[in-house]
Amino acid sequence: MLQEESDISLIIAQIVQKLKGSNLYAQLERQAWASLQRPEIKLESLKEDIKEFFKISGWEKKLQNAVYSELSVFPLPSHPAAPPEHLKEPLVYMRKAQGSWEKRILKSLNSMCTELSIPLARKRPVGEQKELLNKWNEMGTDEPDLSLFRPVYAPKDFLEVLINLRNPNYENGDSLSFRTHLGLIQVPLKVKDIPELKECFVELGLNTGQLGIDDSTQVPPELFENEHVRIGQKVLAEQDSAAAQQYIRQGSPTALRAELWALILNISSQPEDILYYEQLKTNVIQHDLLVDSLIYKDVKLTASNDDYYFVFEDYLYQVLLCFSRDTSVLNHFAYNSASPPKSYIRGKLGLEEYAVFYPPNGVIPFHGFSMYVAPLCFLYHEPSKLYQIFREMYVRFFFRLHSISSHPSGIVSLCLLFETLLQTYLPQLFYHLREIGAQPLRISFKWMVRAFSGYLATDQLLLLWDRILGYNSLEILAVLAAAVFAFRAVNLMEVTSLAAAEAVLADLSTLKVMPLLQIFLFATVT
Amino acid sequence: MSRVSVPCHVKGTVALQVGDVRTSHGRPGVLVIDVTFPSVAPFELQEITFKNYYTAFLSIRVRQHTSMHTPAKWVTCLRDYCLMPDPHSEEGAQEYVSLFKHQMLCDMARVLELRLILRQPSPLWLSFTVEELQVYQQGPKSPSMTFPKWLSHPGPCEQPVPLLEGLPDPSRVSSEVQQMWALTEMIRASHTSARIGRFDVDGCYDLNLLSYT
Repeated sequence: MLQEESDISLIIAQIVQKLKGSNLYAQLERQAWASLQRPEIKLESLKEDIKEFFKISGWEKKLQNAVYSELSVFPLPSHPAAPPEHLKEPLVYMRKAQGSWEKRILKSLNSMCTELSIPLARKRPVGEQKELLNKWNEMGTDEPDLSLFRPVYAPKDFLEVLINLRNPNYENGDSLSFRTHLGLIQVPLKVKDIPELKECFVELGLNTGQLGIDDSTQVPPELFENEHVRIGQKVLAEQDSAAAQQYIRQGSPTALRAELWALILNISSQPEDILYYEQLKTNVIQHDLLVDSLIYKDVKLTASNDDYYFVFEDYLYQVLLCFSRDTSVLNHFAYNSASPPKSYIRGKLGLEEYAVFYPPNGVIPFHGFSMYVAPLCFLYHEPSKLYQIFREMYVRFFFRLHSISSHPSGIVSLCLLFETLLQTYLPQLFYHLREIGAQPLRISFKWMVRAFSGYLATDQLLLLWDRILGYNSLEILAVLAAAVFAFRAVNLMEVTSLAAAEAVLADLSTLKVMPLLQIFLFATVT
Repeated sequence: MSRVSVPCHVKGTVALQVGDVRTSHGRPGVLVIDVTFPSVAPFELQEITFKNYYTAFLSIRVRQHTSMHTPAKWVTCLRDYCLMPDPHSEEGAQEYVSLFKHQMLCDMARVLELRLILRQPSPLWLSFTVEELQVYQQGPKSPSMTFPKWLSHPGPCEQPVPLLEGLPDPSRVSSEVQQMWALTEMIRASHTSARIGRFDVDGCYDLNLLSYT
């Protein structure tokens, strides 16, 4: 009992400390001051009266949403003896692996820097600043020479690192035994099996209405869709984050999706936020970073070539360039196993006062990074709101897809979950693919790292991301990957090489996500 | 509640195994760690903290000091405490753990020696142990003060002064002022940990190469 009480007070103290620096705190303070004019606030019961006022005017709800947001994002406070690295990643060998991976990335970036003789960062001359400001809304028309740049790494390089991940305390015998994993991932993390997944994703069951299934043209809207839309509007009127998160597990109507996501992520466009975005824009105009060229190259290679997303090219630059300058992203490294790269001001090597992070937000983009932003452009058209939503999605979910950690939503666990599901429920297919040298993870890895962005049709992708927000977990990506293999199992059993298997699974744009998930989880005879 | 670390001597781990250690192929699944307190009198145990390293279950036996001339007996105070919910997977494998007095099965009033019995039934791990073991006893209670006599034994109640016309009740005013004072103290004590947002140093962001340390 004592332990639980002290745990809760520790969590409360931590959340209060975090919220003290936020806009909401300043606003609540202002509201409290203003409310003193009101007749119902009496001096002798000041605290209770102000609390009552907050409850009635909706400010308590905003505070509730902020607290819920903090609880969803930040891990619980750990043991007092645990050092900060333990909060980032409890397993020592994974921390080491992430450290060496990061070193490789830094070496690659440094060598690109020296080879091309381009500085990591430089201040733009005034003329160039003016030019960029004029071209801000149409940076896509710019055609800089990017032929010498190459992406720092691609998902397949990262997959090789994960394949070689080993626990030194684990029996990794060379000979095949009951201990060897038959897939590519060789670390024994705990992953859920189908009965546990059924419990976790209970709202996707056969008896619950879903958008993506029960809103198709054959189903009359009175059965489910109309009522679901009505409830959605009510949730938005209440402005309750937790209710919205529960609601969106059954999918979000297209018209309400933008607002629902903003409510769940606790984003409200205040003037301060627009001002913050403008400040980031100023930073982009003043300083030119090497990372900018990497972003340009990535957008040109991926989003610009995509049928659905090429129209948003300019938005992508506006979001990603500002994202690189945003130091508030550095806060997420407290619970991310990765660490931001460090550098020193020229001529002051080793002096701590001149140590800075590079890029300012600590995140080095890789090949395909811009695809995290592209689907959001369908929902948000105002750059500062689009930016805020992307930033929140990144620090809650996407960062886990490209860092080595033991978290259940981390990419290592997702890979292991995918392989375990396939091996347990489609053993014949798994064995066949393994025999022909086409390990299934080699095909599905790129889907999971990008959260299926660019592989599914956009409406299906947004239905999938609804569930990521609703369940606050990325495990659904691994389940969908296994479900896709299950769907195309008949064709896959006939292939005889990795290339042929890739060809069978090359085009996912016709797939309907929710029926696949439902059948795999709830309707497959095991 | 404050706590004070008790200096302890952790003896080397002893593996319990059936058969000859050299010839049998399996690794031991039970380890025993003895913890003694050489320079400390029998004390009341408050808390034990350690860092787990792939131990699945923990039992603790304690030998306490008894007043009479009866020899001290070993008593189990913690039985099969689960540190890893699934012994075959990494969950809980490297976590920091605290065990408190109220979780123990017996009274921990006069502890002489502790014996930790670690079990790891899974054959997948090469070794297992607990690290950074610390034992705590209860810290000193807040020092007792002697109050002056007039504070602890208030004199007989005096006749309350009759209220002057038009002035508020003094006890009500004092309670309100107390509340206001508490609120201002809270506000003064609060500070924020928000970042400012500058990424450059004095407007300069000309960098060397990235640093590897």
